[in-house]
Amino acid sequence: MMTPQRQRILLSHRSTPALKPHVRLQYDKVRQAWALLSPEKVFWPDDVSLDILRLCDGTHSVTQILEELSMQYDAPIEEITADVETFLQDWSDRSLVAL
Amino acid sequence: MSETVLPPIGMLAELTHRCPLQCAYCSNPLELLKANREMATEGWLSLFDQAADLGVLQIHLSGGEPTLRPDLETLVRRLSDRGVYTNLITAGVGIREGRIDDLVQAGLDHVQISFQGALATTTEKIGNYRDAHFKKIETAGKVRAAGLPLTINAPIHRHNIDEIPAFIELALKLDAERLEIANVQYAGWALLNRNSLMPDRASVERQVNVVQEAQERLHGILAIDFVTPDYFAIYPKPCMGGWARDAFMVAPDGTVLPCHAAGTIPGLVFERFGEKSLADIWHASPAFNAFRGTDWMAEPCRTCDRKEIDWGGCRCQAMAIAGNAAATDPACIKSPFHARMAGLIEEATISGQDAFHYRRIGSGVTNHAHNAAETVES
Repeated sequence: MMTPQRQRILLSHRSTPALKPHVRLQYDKVRQAWALLSPEKVFWPDDVSLDILRLCDGTHSVTQILEELSMQYDAPIEEITADVETFLQDWSDRSLVAL
Repeated sequence: MSETVLPPIGMLAELTHRCPLQCAYCSNPLELLKANREMATEGWLSLFDQAADLGVLQIHLSGGEPTLRPDLETLVRRLSDRGVYTNLITAGVGIREGRIDDLVQAGLDHVQISFQGALATTTEKIGNYRDAHFKKIETAGKVRAAGLPLTINAPIHRHNIDEIPAFIELALKLDAERLEIANVQYAGWALLNRNSLMPDRASVERQVNVVQEAQERLHGILAIDFVTPDYFAIYPKPCMGGWARDAFMVAPDGTVLPCHAAGTIPGLVFERFGEKSLADIWHASPAFNAFRGTDWMAEPCRTCDRKEIDWGGCRCQAMAIAGNAAATDPACIKSPFHARMAGLIEEATISGQDAFHYRRIGSGVTNHAHNAAETVES
């Protein structure tokens, strides 16, 4: 039997995360909330998750995302780095974000 | 009804009962509808508009085989225009050249292809369709070539439970994003064929180990969703996420139901779209309100701290095995009928049955009465 060709993608600071094709962030008028639609699952990201996801546009590097969030939340980069990195790795592992 | 009714998120649209495959584990009802009972294009479009207005965000286009509907592109286009996420659930055989690309053009978001076996001989035997395996592989290739995410669905029973490592290899080879290892739910045709499908305890234990090892090994590479077998469970599943809680289904003739097998519960009347609006049915149908929330529950559910985890489990399984749709799902260890599950596993093992009642329009009705009588005795 063959061995898996695909490998788990690990986050680096040069990664430019983007929502995967066919994963979309959409405002739901009925519930007045942002929904993330993906194959067979709907997620309801909280405000912090939304701010990260909005920066996952394929142009911002992880370093730039951290700088941007640090300004938005008026928090030192070193304080937010671990949380943001964990978030992005987790969403990559769930096939929602491409790194 | 004291419960707050929230808008539904998901809808399963069974566009047709026609299917090229004849799988004995099919979840469709035994009384399959012929093509002349199917709702026309305009009916489905109007239903989809109302579903989007009501808050539905994802629609699973299923059947039968949904690609047998020549208007599938039109239906997908409308859903896409309304921002509804579309998931095509297909057998992956008999799909004409260029059709997948046409569906992608229409706005299709995701495809799920069922594989009856990980080996060609198994796929062919279970679906009773020649060369099914190779055709499915071909369809999977077209889905990935068109850039769509792919899920492989593997419905598991006695005849393929030992193929799980091969299913995992197959999903990787086909570049699938997700693999569903879905142990068959014994409703519809699967209930009729239960003795021929039920795996033994040793195979189920092996399966759990194989799946857990693969989930860890393939973390971040392949998502493996594991639908565990109810008859071997300690606690029930939150069937449909709770009765009429955030999802529903529609039969080919437009009948709106809380789940696949709800029609097996005596006394419930299900309404058809067109005679009533979808909002009316979702909010006010007595059948939808019958088991909504937790008010309907008796003991042991009523005082159970899991009641908002599993919502009492499956009403149809309670009907089929405990003889009462309002009883605790017998999959639950707290159900007084829980021992019947083990009894039914035993019965299947000693029955020596291996042959299938293949799923065909018109062939399930007489067998139904026979099976119902058996279930009451057991």
